[in-house]
Amino acid sequence: MANIDIDAPGTSQLLIGNEAIARGALEAGIGFAAAYPGTPSSEILGSLAQVAKEMGIYAEWSVNEKVAMEAAAGASFAGIRALASMKQNGINVVSDFLANLVMSGIGKGGLVLVSCDDPSAISSSNEQDTRPIAKWLDIPLVEPGDFQETKDMTRWLFDLAEELGTLCMLRSVTRIAHARGNVRLGELPKKQLKAYFDQIHDLKSVMPTTFMPIPSPLRHFFLHMKMDKAREKFEGSAFNRYVGPNKADLLIITCGSCWLYSQDAVKALKLEDRVGILKLGTLWPLPEKFIGEHLDKSEKLLFVEEIDPFLERSVMEMVANLPPSSPRPIFYGKRSGHVNAYGELNPDLVIKAISTILGLAYQPRDIEYRKKAEAVAKSNVPERSMTFCAGCPHRATFWAIKNALKLDGRGGVVTGDIGCYSMALGPAGFFQVRTMHCMGAGAGVANGLGKLGQFGFDQPVLAVVGDSTFYHATIPALINGIYNQSDFILVILDNSATAMTGFQPHPGTGMTAMGEPTKVVSMEALCCSLGAHVEVCDPFDLKGTIATLLEMIAEGGGAKVAIMRRRCELVRAKKEKPPYRVHVDPEKCIGEACGCDRLCTRVFLCPGLIWDKKANRSKIDEVTCTGCGLCVDVCPQGAIIKEAV
Amino acid sequence: MTKKQLVKDPLNLIITGVGGQGNVMISLIIGNAFVREGYFVTLGETYGASQRGGPVMSHMRISKETQYSPFIPDGCADIILGMEPVETLRMLGRYGNPNVITIINPRPIYSIDVIGGQAEYPDLHKLVESVKELSAKTWIINATEEAQKMGSHMFANAILIGALVGSGVLPLDKKSVEPVLREIFPKEITANLAAFNKGIKLVRS
Repeated sequence: MANIDIDAPGTSQLLIGNEAIARGALEAGIGFAAAYPGTPSSEILGSLAQVAKEMGIYAEWSVNEKVAMEAAAGASFAGIRALASMKQNGINVVSDFLANLVMSGIGKGGLVLVSCDDPSAISSSNEQDTRPIAKWLDIPLVEPGDFQETKDMTRWLFDLAEELGTLCMLRSVTRIAHARGNVRLGELPKKQLKAYFDQIHDLKSVMPTTFMPIPSPLRHFFLHMKMDKAREKFEGSAFNRYVGPNKADLLIITCGSCWLYSQDAVKALKLEDRVGILKLGTLWPLPEKFIGEHLDKSEKLLFVEEIDPFLERSVMEMVANLPPSSPRPIFYGKRSGHVNAYGELNPDLVIKAISTILGLAYQPRDIEYRKKAEAVAKSNVPERSMTFCAGCPHRATFWAIKNALKLDGRGGVVTGDIGCYSMALGPAGFFQVRTMHCMGAGAGVANGLGKLGQFGFDQPVLAVVGDSTFYHATIPALINGIYNQSDFILVILDNSATAMTGFQPHPGTGMTAMGEPTKVVSMEALCCSLGAHVEVCDPFDLKGTIATLLEMIAEGGGAKVAIMRRRCELVRAKKEKPPYRVHVDPEKCIGEACGCDRLCTRVFLCPGLIWDKKANRSKIDEVTCTGCGLCVDVCPQGAIIKEAV
Repeated sequence: MTKKQLVKDPLNLIITGVGGQGNVMISLIIGNAFVREGYFVTLGETYGASQRGGPVMSHMRISKETQYSPFIPDGCADIILGMEPVETLRMLGRYGNPNVITIINPRPIYSIDVIGGQAEYPDLHKLVESVKELSAKTWIINATEEAQKMGSHMFANAILIGALVGSGVLPLDKKSVEPVLREIFPKEITANLAAFNKGIKLVRS
């Protein structure tokens, strides 16, 4: 919807936080952007890539976050403003480079890292606060509190990075990154960019330009000087502000989306005259003077922040260093239990914390209505578990895996990875997957399991991994399995897209982020060149896939690769009409009388094939069914009929 | 004629349904129409479950004064647009109040829990009655059925947008929504505009 390159300064647009970041980067005159997709960060690079050609910039989906950050640093070294963006897990992947980059410093082009955290892990494997890495590695850190600020802060951060000569970081959370709000646009720069790796950095110096972390103690000392300068800049930043009375019963200290929740909560409780909010936008190094000037607003401090008590602990450290005569505030927050130390926050949770501390009652709706509404909803609203989409090839793959392992009979173990197919931990994938950690971990764990033969282990080991995840972090684990002869099958679920995060292209798709055709990095050629036995299956050929898996399991002898190749159904549906018209023949389906125990609906669980309780028959839901026809091969009665469209 | 005003500031609108139904699309169209009229709009979306059959909701906060958070506090919805009946009731349980207005498409989408037999889908008639009982006013719009008559269930979304605009519960008129519709559905604009007008007609009949 939103065109982030719209040249209409002063107009308001409804942008998601990620688009606001992209727009801020464009307004800052960015030339280079790199990222690996990951919710809730993907739209930053996605929207930049869409306008890259017209804007004369470069944007890429990198193979992983570490390469993205390194590539962006390369651009900075040659004087181009660059951005790397990622979700919280990406920060772990890139941390080794970051620890060295902060020592080496950046080039003449401002370099910004954006990290989008996912409190409550709504679309993540884990919940993780990335703010502490700024403290750990000495990176100036900011966090925007609304959509306008997201754009303005991003734009400003490039100036700051250049002025300090160090990487700067912006942390965002789901409810900024993925929520939408008003953003008033600024000017887009018109100047032509020129990249040049300046060999002589300083004319007075005889040394050529180098970017390296050594001599480390000296670089570390310089880094601390940069952080002191950052602190000075932060003390006067307009991104930090106080709203509320001069003397308050409670002072909320907050940042990010919690700034919005805190305002909502104070308004809902009508406490504008009693509760003050100190909103911080620059988080690290802590603007201690600015905070100190407001600490006497109240003797009670409430910290409202998502996920870890980052500000809470930092202000505690700060207060511990105040002169003994200074007032000692009471700290409320995660440590005191007034604010959850896990999961995302919302206005209701902040209302609860304030009400508890100030001893207030809050009743947003009629109590009788509430009791009734909650009771009616509780008894009439069935669960709605997430599942693979109707027509998803993963359902077919896990059906084949389940059957192959059942036929083998030795209790085969499936290790899993990060993507849509993580849902195979549950009913969507017939509970086949038993481990799930980080990108590439499934194959890594399989390496260990596959070497336990000497201890009597004879269970087959399958590691499932998506196509994009394969390129991202799985190749070293496969090489290890071939080199060390670990006995497992790497099952690559190749659906030709990074489907979970929005169908971004990857090295196997032959398409770049900017929509240019490029070389296909063939996964089968790559795996063959490593010496692996490689098979390619169409998972919709259930019989053939089960037979291939059984043969590979029986074969033994080091890591092997089975590629399950079929396009993501959502990608197919965007381009083509459904291949089949599917219906259930009510004469052939004999319902509960069939010995199959409702295999089609109780076990197979495609949302397009429903159970008509009254008729005691299964039935196609024509709104949800995508016409893939896979269920035809699941029904033992032959009662499901497909007709080519 | 003076321009219509918000009956309440912020006005809290929930759009709810099942992943894949087009919840985000509807909220984008309504949200953009409001921003063009000079309002602050904050829009929070469920995601992750958004294309995987899970329950989805969009929270829209509309204000003339300031940018609200993307979460409507419990018990504080003013309007619920329900693309699916059970999901409408789920929202009423948490966000409903005696003044809430609902617009509901009564076409069920079964969850895998219902398909697999671990959960029961309630009787549709009783379900719709419960929604009515918990709302100050309810419009029942057979959007899926009407869309199928127009050639595809996909037009249900434009019908529901028409119903929402035509009901008069928002200070938006046809003229402020139509240009946004044209931008979002450039390919199927004729059919979607017809569906939009159908929705207006249905809600007013």
